[in-house]
Amino acid sequence: MSDIAAPRHDGLHDGPHEAPHGSPRGTRRDFIYYATAGAGAVAVGAAGWTLVNQMNPSADVLALSTIRVDVSGVAVGTQLTVLWQGKPVFIRARTPEEIEAARAVAISDLVDPNAENANLTDASAQATDQNRTTPPFSPDGSPAADDGTWLVQVGVCTHLGCVPLGQAGDYGGWFCPCHGSHYDTAGRIRRGPAPRNLLVPRTAFVEASVIQLG
Amino acid sequence: MSGIPHDHYEPSSRPEKWLHRRLPIVSLLYDVVMIPTPKNLNWMWIWGVVLMFALISQILTGIVLAMHYQPNVQLAFASVESIMRDVNGGTFLRYFHANGASLMFFAVYMHIFRSLYYGNYKTPREVTWIIGTLMLVLMMAIAFMGYVLPWGQMSLHGTAVITGLFGAVPFVGESIQTWLLGAGAVGQPALNRFFSLHYLLPFILLGLTVVHVWAFHHTGNNNPTGVEVRRGSKEEAQRDTVPFWPYFVIKDLLALVVVLIVFVAIVGFMPNYLGSPENYVPANPLKTPPEIVPEWYLLPFYAILRAFTNDVWLVIAVDWVTFGIIDAKFFGVLAMFGSLVVLGLAPWLDTSLIRSGRYRPMFKWWFWLFVVNFVMLMWAGAMSPEALGGWIPAISLLGASYYFAYFLVILPILGVIERPLAPPASIEADFAAHYDAQTGGTHTIPTPAE
Repeated sequence: MSDIAAPRHDGLHDGPHEAPHGSPRGTRRDFIYYATAGAGAVAVGAAGWTLVNQMNPSADVLALSTIRVDVSGVAVGTQLTVLWQGKPVFIRARTPEEIEAARAVAISDLVDPNAENANLTDASAQATDQNRTTPPFSPDGSPAADDGTWLVQVGVCTHLGCVPLGQAGDYGGWFCPCHGSHYDTAGRIRRGPAPRNLLVPRTAFVEASVIQLG
Repeated sequence: MSGIPHDHYEPSSRPEKWLHRRLPIVSLLYDVVMIPTPKNLNWMWIWGVVLMFALISQILTGIVLAMHYQPNVQLAFASVESIMRDVNGGTFLRYFHANGASLMFFAVYMHIFRSLYYGNYKTPREVTWIIGTLMLVLMMAIAFMGYVLPWGQMSLHGTAVITGLFGAVPFVGESIQTWLLGAGAVGQPALNRFFSLHYLLPFILLGLTVVHVWAFHHTGNNNPTGVEVRRGSKEEAQRDTVPFWPYFVIKDLLALVVVLIVFVAIVGFMPNYLGSPENYVPANPLKTPPEIVPEWYLLPFYAILRAFTNDVWLVIAVDWVTFGIIDAKFFGVLAMFGSLVVLGLAPWLDTSLIRSGRYRPMFKWWFWLFVVNFVMLMWAGAMSPEALGGWIPAISLLGASYYFAYFLVILPILGVIERPLAPPASIEADFAAHYDAQTGGTHTIPTPAE
């Protein structure tokens, strides 16, 4: 230890790190250390964040966030699949049997009791069939009576992102072939590894037969 | 470099002396290729050289394939087809590269099983083992990203599933997934960055290879007896070892020739046998293929991922204890990554003081069961969950449970309850017992236990 305490510079030193009587005193060298370390930390942080953030969605990707879809050709009992923000969206005109089957399910039987509907202001709304469907066009803006025909949902399995097959599985709704998730006719998860119901995106009828997504 | 006493390089000519004073690179290379190597290494010690060859040939074929490939969702599939039809020798280059991944994984699994059986991971070779585990993880990432590049159906939907794994992380998962993909879904940003990383990471793997080799050159190789080379003097060490060059170089190259005969036969005659025909269908984001199955080498880990469904009591218990933060989906992801973590922790989980499985009568059985179980997981990972009357998840769960039990229960307990046999006093003694001195070692006396 003694050799460290011994003076190492002759004539060149710009003041001791500690004042002779033991009280610590800042020196020019201490200032240079802290200034260099501080500048280095800021530079590394700024460069690091730039390198990380460039991987987030770019402006052109974010710009493609709203589309309109003509659904006049979708007959009852058929489904139109469109690509929205790189994801498939299922637009299905359900049959009366499917609506009836979906409405007969008790909330307590559901794996995910949340509606998972981006259009509802209440984030904890229950996953009733009425809370998942898209109401028809209303010219005066007042809430239209919803007969439950239109079901619009993001066609991405909430397990690991496969595209479920329509009118398949044990509940007659959707079935994900990747890991065996079964969804019912309202797109609610009933069996298998998926944790959540198929998501209902922000959507509305903007004309009698035109749906806007996003 | 090596801790085993051995001869060092002495520059003799004037140019050699000139260079040696300025950069002792010849000395470094001399120490690397002349490393004293236990003379009883068996044929399971060839896979390292096979892997070295495979990595370098993957890098070379990859560099030339990149000269013809277009990382664009509109052009990628067509550019790969153009490599197959138009580029001179492109068919062979692409098939060599695609099947080269299989060669690497086959070799690395043999390499790992070898190390698990003979206890190569035990002290003082833990760092070699940890680096090796990191290399395995890196290899998986590289292989996965390479599989995305042809932009077929499996490329796109496989990416959706694999990045979905990160989406399972509680709270921040969705942001991580979006960050990885550069969009809300798999598309151009993902393809572009995977190409960039698929080009970069193999060089990182090459760098780790150097460190991996450096680490075991420092400790010296393990060998089938698990008995250390004697280091008291150079003469003593020389009775246990022979130099890597020429003895093991020639042996390893002979083995490489045999391996490559099989490999080139696969590349030439059945290049698509190990791949999925679904990846020859151009990517379509609107339609998932009937089954998403990873390449064979990822299947055991895929089976572990799928094994923990939300009806397993452990999953239910963890879900309850963590207030639902760790749900079945995240549990599966943790199990998959955990399976690689416990592999890396093997040096500390194995409590036995005897290194080689050759002298561990109980361990042997559990080890071979581990190998069989690994193959079973590979099979289960390839099956649809609905197949076999819905029994696949149960079989996967059984296999995953044994995989974890091997590392977390069996290895720690065996070291305490097992009565191992006595290993030979030295490698020299083991060698003398196996190789007849009269015939110059050409007549082998088999070990009864193996």
